[in-house]
Amino acid sequence: MNRIEAIAAGVPGAAVEDSLGQAVIRVTPEALVAAASAARDAGFDFFVDLCAVDHLTRDPRFDVVVNLLSLEPPERVRLIAGVPGDDATIASITGVFAGADFYEREAFDLFGIEFGGHPDLTRILLPDEWVGHPLRKDAPVGSVPVQFKGSADWTPGTSVGAPGTGHQLMAGPVPSADPFKEANQAT
Amino acid sequence: MSNPPDVVTGDLEAPARTQGGAPLGEPGAAPSARRTVHDLWVSGTEAPSDMRGFTDEGAQEMLADESAAVLAAQTGTVVVDDYLSDTTPSGDDIQILNMGPQHPATHGVLRLHIELDGETIRRVKPIIGYLHTGMEKTAETLSFMQGPTNVTRMDYLSPLHNELCFSLATEHLLGIGVPERASAIRVLMTELNRVASHLLWSATTGLDIGALSMMIYGWRERELVLEFFEKTTGLRMNHNYIRPGGVAADLPDGWEVDVDGIIAGVLRGLVDYESLLLDNPIFLERTKGVGVLAPEEIRAYGVTGPLARASGIGYDVRKAFPYSGIEQYDFDVPVFTGGDVYDRFLVRFEEIRQSLRIVKQVRDTMPRGDYRTDDRKVTPPPRARIDQSMEALIHHFKIFTEGFKVPAGETYQAVESARGELGMYLVSNGGHKPWRLHVRGPSFAHVQVLPAMLADSLIADTIAALASADTLMGDVDR
Repeated sequence: MNRIEAIAAGVPGAAVEDSLGQAVIRVTPEALVAAASAARDAGFDFFVDLCAVDHLTRDPRFDVVVNLLSLEPPERVRLIAGVPGDDATIASITGVFAGADFYEREAFDLFGIEFGGHPDLTRILLPDEWVGHPLRKDAPVGSVPVQFKGSADWTPGTSVGAPGTGHQLMAGPVPSADPFKEANQAT
Repeated sequence: MSNPPDVVTGDLEAPARTQGGAPLGEPGAAPSARRTVHDLWVSGTEAPSDMRGFTDEGAQEMLADESAAVLAAQTGTVVVDDYLSDTTPSGDDIQILNMGPQHPATHGVLRLHIELDGETIRRVKPIIGYLHTGMEKTAETLSFMQGPTNVTRMDYLSPLHNELCFSLATEHLLGIGVPERASAIRVLMTELNRVASHLLWSATTGLDIGALSMMIYGWRERELVLEFFEKTTGLRMNHNYIRPGGVAADLPDGWEVDVDGIIAGVLRGLVDYESLLLDNPIFLERTKGVGVLAPEEIRAYGVTGPLARASGIGYDVRKAFPYSGIEQYDFDVPVFTGGDVYDRFLVRFEEIRQSLRIVKQVRDTMPRGDYRTDDRKVTPPPRARIDQSMEALIHHFKIFTEGFKVPAGETYQAVESARGELGMYLVSNGGHKPWRLHVRGPSFAHVQVLPAMLADSLIADTIAALASADTLMGDVDR
């Protein structure tokens, strides 16, 4: 039994997979912290990366992917936890790897996944007032609306993107007290 | 936005740190913790009495114990005192200083929120996102064929590493290899790119700490490399040269002479830099013992590249997980243990030498053959074939309209860019566009470690320490 199988054996519900020659441990969202902790104790103590993937139609909808590295001997392992779309919440691993801080904020910012227990879960790349989470698959790709004279939905004197022109850059309801909660419900 | 511009809304304050790590997503608890009286204040009316710690740019509160305790517990070693000094000064002695996002020494649009006690930095909060353009979302709308055009614009000082990483990830999902000559060209170009990037870093960091001549010398030698890039790829940056399946074009005639010229020119310059800087008492004063990172912090924050190697962690992706046949060339990984700005200079100067050593070997052993794979599903046919073969015309049409399909799967590929481990996590669902592309830029981790690097140092050392990290905002914000 190698190191990676040993990590999976100690975590309930974990399964080792081979993804094109790369080692992957699939875990339940509840067990991600335990798995990260076990991996760290097994020598994978170099935090590399954390990101999320939106599979949209799959259940669970999101994947949270943690990349870890062992220096001696050089070896990588990837922890993947599925997170349901209707309750996109998972425990933060900042208690295990301090370096996960910014990466979890990025995943929260762009995917709306809430990391419980994170010390400062705020938007990191987008402005604080932004509505929605743009890397979700149901978020539209932004575009600059081009207004032509005589266009049916353009009134002279209005600016591009003004309400009522049908060319809002950001879809969704008007920002409210808790913008991302509302955006989550809308999706 | 429908609000008038002078109304401040949104989450202005960081959520209060809950004791015992209660989840923030608890209904009822989080929103009230995030709301402040400031949210409801409309300018022009009477301001609330307590306005300390707020600007219209978001959360200004810094977290006292952000990661010191975590680090201590994680590493089992004494990495403390990052944020808290022994005596807490009164509010009158603390000054908040905003550096950036337009400060020239941040080399981009990084904003540092610095809390000062006299001239000593107590805490630092990096604020990023000013250059965020949603390139990961863009990557989902471009085909695998077009992907390198997008990723090359991320880390714009080592664009070829981005292209290489994306191409390796795509090829891994496709299950194809590339000809030996393509691999050798990739190694040659990326190592030259490392040299160019390190030269530019030496130039700008020299400028930041007062060595103006270094600025001019660094740009001068870098020009040799850029001229060669222009000759080979057609562009000085954003090359789109390394593509899935190989490279876009073969090396130009007489490339050996150009490479010899670069090697000789840069090595000659390197001697100048070292005699200019490394014994200079002013330079020593400004770099020795400044911006020190401990090996434990390196591991915990995922710091890679020259920063890690200046702190005694000899991790190099080229040695640990070799790619593009780089293991067949002899080179050493320089490791220093001081962890300060001075050692980062030493590491990068030595890396320039080692990269040129690789370049020299590639120049001498460049294999003959094709510069891209002959799999016509992935690379377009030669122009002449299109006139002769219907099959070639169809392949050409399919590749440039639809692109090629990549089997479903997911992979993580990493290369050693000039800044550290550049990784790409690529997910395909079997279509001709990536389902998801996540870029693990080394600078993102390096921005995150700035608070640990700067805490308890003097404000005057900020510039030197920040410059030594070589954070590139295109790589951070993407």
